[in-house]
Amino acid sequence: MNIDDLTRTSGEWLRGTGPESDIVMCSRIRLARNLADFPFTNRAGRREKNEIEAAVAASIEQGKIELFVQDVNNLSNLDRQFLFERQLISRELRDAEGPRGVAFSPTEDVSVMINEEDHLRIQVMHSGLSLGSVWDRINYIDDRLEERLDYAFSPRLGYLTACPTNVGTGIRVGVLVHLPALVQTKQIEKVFRALQKINLAVRGLYGEGTQASGDFYQISNQQTLGKSEQDLIRNLSEVVPQIIQYERGARQALVGEQRRQYLHDQVSRAYGVLKTAHTISSEETMLLLSSVRMGINLGLIDDLEIPIVNELFIHTQPAHLQKIQGRILETDERNVARASYLRNRLSNGRHDPKNDG
Amino acid sequence: MKLKCQKCAKPATFHITDIEHGKPLEYHFCEEHARRHLAPSAEEQAEQQLAGKFSKDSPALGGALKTEPSAADRRVCPICNISFLEFRNTGRLGCPYDYEVFRDELMPLLESIHEDTRHAGKTPRRAPRNTEQQTALIQLRNDLNRAVAAEDYEAAAKIRDQIKAIEQEQSARRTAPS
Repeated sequence: MNIDDLTRTSGEWLRGTGPESDIVMCSRIRLARNLADFPFTNRAGRREKNEIEAAVAASIEQGKIELFVQDVNNLSNLDRQFLFERQLISRELRDAEGPRGVAFSPTEDVSVMINEEDHLRIQVMHSGLSLGSVWDRINYIDDRLEERLDYAFSPRLGYLTACPTNVGTGIRVGVLVHLPALVQTKQIEKVFRALQKINLAVRGLYGEGTQASGDFYQISNQQTLGKSEQDLIRNLSEVVPQIIQYERGARQALVGEQRRQYLHDQVSRAYGVLKTAHTISSEETMLLLSSVRMGINLGLIDDLEIPIVNELFIHTQPAHLQKIQGRILETDERNVARASYLRNRLSNGRHDPKNDG
Repeated sequence: MKLKCQKCAKPATFHITDIEHGKPLEYHFCEEHARRHLAPSAEEQAEQQLAGKFSKDSPALGGALKTEPSAADRRVCPICNISFLEFRNTGRLGCPYDYEVFRDELMPLLESIHEDTRHAGKTPRRAPRNTEQQTALIQLRNDLNRAVAAEDYEAAAKIRDQIKAIEQEQSARRTAPS
């Protein structure tokens, strides 16, 4: 398996299956772990980082854990950006310097970043609202890695991390939710404020919180010390259904008797532009895909499936387009390539893509 | 033995003495960090102010960054050599042992971040090992970096042998039936 193989597939978390998957794109948990015998990454020299990377790679190989280990330091900028767009590595790992890597499973549900802020950042993502299965999987991977690695751990403070905001469980429990109706009805700020009051953090798809990220928001815990993993998972699991209910309420208001035709018009126009445009920016694509995704879920579009739309959010990102085309593209060229890719994927075989010109 | 830069692994080639509030403060930097220390960019200044929020979060940590470093700020971890002031500036600790060394300063911070100071979650399956050996390894690796930076290869070779000996002892115990 190598990076180029990934251009032909997409992650399990984009399948669009699992409970509440019309609103909850995926559930995600990450664990921060450090090796006891080394300084934290920010104080580790090149030699130490190499040893850490080798120790983690050896534990994966000897433990026969089904993960593909990819060195990140020697990758091109394009490949690093590609892994970032796929959510396999973080912005911090993408932009860092020195020895570092990532190990991921063939279905991309597991990713283990090496030499990020902490020596290990283990991440598991599953489609839909499925935090239980995500925890089972990540707990298993964590145990398997720990068979051959000595984690920095204190009985009093738990897993010791480079930043005290992660100490204890080292866990971040999150869901990636699609909230276009709450954005459109301008209720989203209210929801954010309510979440912040109960110590939950809100971020955009790639960290930033703008509509340009397709109305996707990550909601996650901030507290990591003093509560068990199960408690923190339960806390979030209790809040998410309320957010889902608000979003469904807002959607119903949008398709209510008087306004249905306006929403239907907006969704159809978005779909129309995506199917016919000849040059389109990333921001516009995200905005329109978001409308189309909601349209499918409300039964306003019936000839397109959710997994394809989910995949398009990722595959129309700059590095993905360039990997698919196999060459470096400037912004203008990318906008043309993006439009062409969208026309092909959305044509449903009803006409020959070659005639699209 | 030559000193290592306080900010990175390069040898310190600049030794700067600042007079702050009538007292001399010594810094040892590589060329790049000396330049940054003497003329920090606007971005770095903003970063430092942002990092200062750690001190505001917790009254026990004392005043703002611009004031004279307190005794707590100047405390240095014997294992990884990070000072508490460096932690306050960056928000990142240097090694697991820092949670012991800076315990008095960190506890109020943990209380304010997590509203708790006691772990209640998962425990590694294997019992935590001899922490003395773990911290000894971090310290030896630090010494090794310095010895290499100072081109003292004789010392470096000795340190490397010590590291290997501890590592072998550990892996022998790991593979032994429990």
